Amino acid sequence: MDKKIPTGAEVIIQCLIREGVEYVFGYPGGAAIPLFDALVDAPQIKLVLVRHEQGATHMADGYARATGKPGVVLVTSGPGATNTVTGILTAQMDSAPLIVLCGQTISPMLGKDAFQEADVTGITYPVVKHSYLVKDGNDLPRIMKEAFYIATTGRPGPVLLDLPKDITGGPCNAPFVDEVDLPGYEIPSMPDRADLQKAAALIAKSRKPLLYIGHGAVISGAGKVVTQLAEKLGSPVVNTLLGKGAMPEDHVLHMGMLGMHGTAYANKAVMNCDLIFSIGARWDDRIIGKISEFCPNATKIHLDIDPAEFGKIIQPDVSLVGDAKRGIEALLPLVRKLESADWIKECSAWRKQYPLRYGKQGGLKAQMVLDELDKLTRGKAIVTTDVGQHQMWAAQFIRSTFPRSWISSGGAGTMGFGFPAAIGAQLGVPDKPVWAIVGDGGFQMTLCELATAALQRVPLKILIINNNYLGMVRQWQELFFDNRYSGVDMVGNPDFVKLAEAYGVKAWRIRRNGDVKRILKQAMAYNDGPCLIEAEVVKEDNVFPMVPAGAGYKDMLIERPKQKMAKPTGST
Amino acid sequence: MSTQTASHTISVLVANKPGVLVRVALVFARRGYNIDSLVVSTQQDSDFSRMTITSSGDPGTLDQIIKQLFKLVDVVRAIDHTGDQVIEKELALVKVKCPPENRTQVLEIVEHFKGVTVDFGAESLILQISGGSDKIDHVLGLLSSYGVVEMVRSGKILMARGASTT
Repeated sequence: MDKKIPTGAEVIIQCLIREGVEYVFGYPGGAAIPLFDALVDAPQIKLVLVRHEQGATHMADGYARATGKPGVVLVTSGPGATNTVTGILTAQMDSAPLIVLCGQTISPMLGKDAFQEADVTGITYPVVKHSYLVKDGNDLPRIMKEAFYIATTGRPGPVLLDLPKDITGGPCNAPFVDEVDLPGYEIPSMPDRADLQKAAALIAKSRKPLLYIGHGAVISGAGKVVTQLAEKLGSPVVNTLLGKGAMPEDHVLHMGMLGMHGTAYANKAVMNCDLIFSIGARWDDRIIGKISEFCPNATKIHLDIDPAEFGKIIQPDVSLVGDAKRGIEALLPLVRKLESADWIKECSAWRKQYPLRYGKQGGLKAQMVLDELDKLTRGKAIVTTDVGQHQMWAAQFIRSTFPRSWISSGGAGTMGFGFPAAIGAQLGVPDKPVWAIVGDGGFQMTLCELATAALQRVPLKILIINNNYLGMVRQWQELFFDNRYSGVDMVGNPDFVKLAEAYGVKAWRIRRNGDVKRILKQAMAYNDGPCLIEAEVVKEDNVFPMVPAGAGYKDMLIERPKQKMAKPTGST
Repeated sequence: MSTQTASHTISVLVANKPGVLVRVALVFARRGYNIDSLVVSTQQDSDFSRMTITSSGDPGTLDQIIKQLFKLVDVVRAIDHTGDQVIEKELALVKVKCPPENRTQVLEIVEHFKGVTVDFGAESLILQISGGSDKIDHVLGLLSSYGVVEMVRSGKILMARGASTT
């Protein structure tokens, strides 16, 4: 008897197995049925059935960021595919490797407005690292190999496959491939030797050095060597929102997060350094503020795997193209200890003078809840966040001590990200506690995934910082728009405890300071699936320090300003 | 950042795949840049195509555009040839109103600029002019007083001189 010719869908699933995929986050539909059918015969791959396709993308993203392995999404055509767009943007902005498999109408119907047809390849061009509209089943093994290769190498990112149903349902005769041939795709690995020497020479002259580390340091696994570099030079370190965890934030040389809501002492260090060395960060507008006022007198060195980042915002004195880990490894033997003792003292003085603080009186403060959580988890947990005030407070008060322990939507600022990302992270890293810190606004954007979390029995903890406002926008309206609140009152919020219980999820509510530690501990001890804590915090509190958008660091607000503020000039 | 604008000619070697033109165009469109002219042709190796793109704008943004083009998986090379030693050519077909009394004058212009008359009608001529874009602009200026009925330009193509790579 002839060997049965496999279908395209079967080949795709076999390729997933060959790539070591454990989980597929998906939601079916007509055009994706062949792929879901092929999953029946692949027990190695666990299908996580979500409740909305956006949730699937964030779960895959959280999985990818927590594990370093690509996250796989499987959805149907049309609305199923378009629902992934926000998640794809989120992954692209933060360099997270995703494989997004979208069903599509049959090839002869492409472009004919077939039922549930959307030109998802066209819709997603600007937000993918790469994409394929597959027209020949025999291309599948090659395309699958390329997709994983592109998603996970260089600067990682999302790759989308648009898969017509006649291709997934039809035969595929081509053999599996192990090599890729992509003449247009170059992966920088090691910075140029001469550039490294130039950088070392500039570093040798510095007396007030500062390392500024970003997500690239986490992605490349550069944390240890960055710490070695900081210790060898005697250089303080600041990190971006997504650089949290690359180097332990409780390290003596660590100054916390810089930027719009960074610590005042980190920002003081930025204002006063004579050399700033960016390692896997991209001088984002929430870091830089006013470009002309950003460290104008400091020498700037920029190490990045993506050459398009050089000079995009800031023109560095030396550009080092390559992987952060390999670049720092190569730089280490070229540098020696700097005469930076005075500078480190200066930085320590700022740390003492401008500590993070919050009012202990006047109701339950989000900062206090997060501070307590930090004391209880002691850097041992993976923390995901949503977007807004709670995210900034969490970034300030939760110290990340190991790589891939901080998962947050940085570039895209996607509300609704935090909770599904935590599900993916917990599935990927089952042996670590996972906390999803979310706001009442963002949580409601993807809360349907409570069903998914309950079904998967992931023991993650959801901490809702509920101020019944869209707090960050309210803060801007208070500070810059004369208290003219518009569209920020979350009146109509549900009873989150009852809501959780409706999904069979254990839940608590915190209303008083005295309840915080007790309930957090109860949640930590709870291991029978997910649980939820709603912390009802004071309604009107602001995140400080704050560098208003588009302003220079000298205009940083450490507390609520007495005078009326001008409207910010920066975009967001 | 400088706000001066200048015309740039960018040569892009791409994998000959569906969608590559859209990906390239989006890099310009996202930044609000217009593509002034675009020529796409296959290469000796049919797996690749050549795009020659002219666009104008501030040099900082164009530098970023070229880096972003280079980042595309389907783009093998993207080089801004502005200021390089290059051969630049363009071809135009021009249909000019040409009653018999004007013929001699129009044909003199064509001859002077080494153009070719490719169609001879009772009341119009089609002229083929090739050369640098400036020359074509100039010829079109001269012909405009006779009445240009239609005009098609191929867009600029370019090749680096000598040992340099386009």
